Amino acid sequence: MQLSTKHLLGIKNLPASDIQSILDTATQFKEVLQRPIKKVPTLRDVTIVNLFYENSTRTRISFELAEKRLSADAINFTASGSSVSKGESLLDTVNNILSMKVDMVVMRHSASGAPHFLAKHIPAAIVNAGDGINEHPTQALLDAFSIREKLGTLEGKKIAIIGDIMHSRVALSNIYLLKKMGAEVTVAGPPTLIPVYMKEAFDVRVEYDLKKALSWCDVANVLRIQLERQNQVLFSSLREYSISYGINKELLDSLGKEILIMHPGPINRGVELSSDAADSGQSIILQQVENGVAVRMAVLYLLAGGQTRFN
Amino acid sequence: MKTILNEQQLAITIQRLSNQLLENHLELKNTILIGIQPRGIYFSERVIRELSKQISLGNISYGKLDITFYRDDVRQGLHTINRTDILFSIENKNVILIDDVLYTGRTIRAALDALLDFGRPSKVELCVLIDRRFSRQLPIQPDYVGKAIDSIISQKVKVFWKEKDGKDEVTLIE
Repeated sequence: MQLSTKHLLGIKNLPASDIQSILDTATQFKEVLQRPIKKVPTLRDVTIVNLFYENSTRTRISFELAEKRLSADAINFTASGSSVSKGESLLDTVNNILSMKVDMVVMRHSASGAPHFLAKHIPAAIVNAGDGINEHPTQALLDAFSIREKLGTLEGKKIAIIGDIMHSRVALSNIYLLKKMGAEVTVAGPPTLIPVYMKEAFDVRVEYDLKKALSWCDVANVLRIQLERQNQVLFSSLREYSISYGINKELLDSLGKEILIMHPGPINRGVELSSDAADSGQSIILQQVENGVAVRMAVLYLLAGGQTRFN
Repeated sequence: MKTILNEQQLAITIQRLSNQLLENHLELKNTILIGIQPRGIYFSERVIRELSKQISLGNISYGKLDITFYRDDVRQGLHTINRTDILFSIENKNVILIDDVLYTGRTIRAALDALLDFGRPSKVELCVLIDRRFSRQLPIQPDYVGKAIDSIISQKVKVFWKEKDGKDEVTLIE
């Protein structure tokens, strides 16, 4: 039951048994979210700070809701409008917040490894809510939870991760998690967005032909083209990308089978996913968001429970 | 190890408790039975089976309640979470909580808190198979008791069920 780790920094070093515990616990929290009163008193003595150094809609709201549904006290911190703009360092900012008796830190940062750095210097439990181009563990967990909910298991299932693999922390966390849980993974996209070492480093298939990847898979996890992380030209135009790698209903209908469509959001409609595909019956994008709260409740509960407070 | 109830006594006790429930709740109208996870479920399912001899199953409202999220010892260790299954409103209903052993009363405290998150029942009663008297840590008393026993802290009451443990028996372990 108790996780083997004090922090959730990434999926890379998380044992399969911990992943299993989180997913199983999330199933029970999903039931809580269907109740007339969608709140339990479990973490009522825990204070959690949501430290967001990078923009976020879904993840921040999802974490905040998860904290509130668990009766934890949530404090929100966004870098813009804070003393970060006056030059305060990350460690100083966090230590100042912790001195006000905060037990857990949920953190998003544009620098890869920022939560790992923090974990070495502060006593509080840390949950990584996305660090640079490294990992986004709770997204991978909610993706896995959503697949498991629809298909029953992850083992032996074929998952295609499509799009900007190079800049995507969602892709990396998903690959680690799916491989650990016995799923087969293909990464697909333009060669310029797929690092050359993918096959050797992660034991995944690489496919440059979108239709072949879709015909192969049970689930297509479509990634967002991250316009903010492209400082070099990796494809000639969004229009060209959408012609070669955009998924629309017509393409899905031509496969002769129903695959699930997932997307971590926010969608660039008409680029990686057309509206008729994103809003179709095959899409479980909004279920992913719904499940996100239950999965994050499970993570917070398992990390916060069973321990004496740090402060 | 001392036997408190053997198989036959256990069956008779469950029969008696079921009859008492029916006596106070005519045809179980407006009444909901809720077993407490995990070990209370075996007992509550026996009670339901007994009741179904007199009332059709379709007229019995039965749910399961897990109290893990309401425990007062979350800081001392995590417990396995079980399924909660209450698919109907408990608003203005008579609720009978069913558990196997009543000891410190802390589980029932948590169950009462959990229950109230599903609505406001008009009345809540407690039915237990074994009541370990004089060991309560909270002011909670049962309404229906299978057997009351006097025991000390170092002793443990263990309820065995055929479907789980291969035999029907209640024992006191020194």
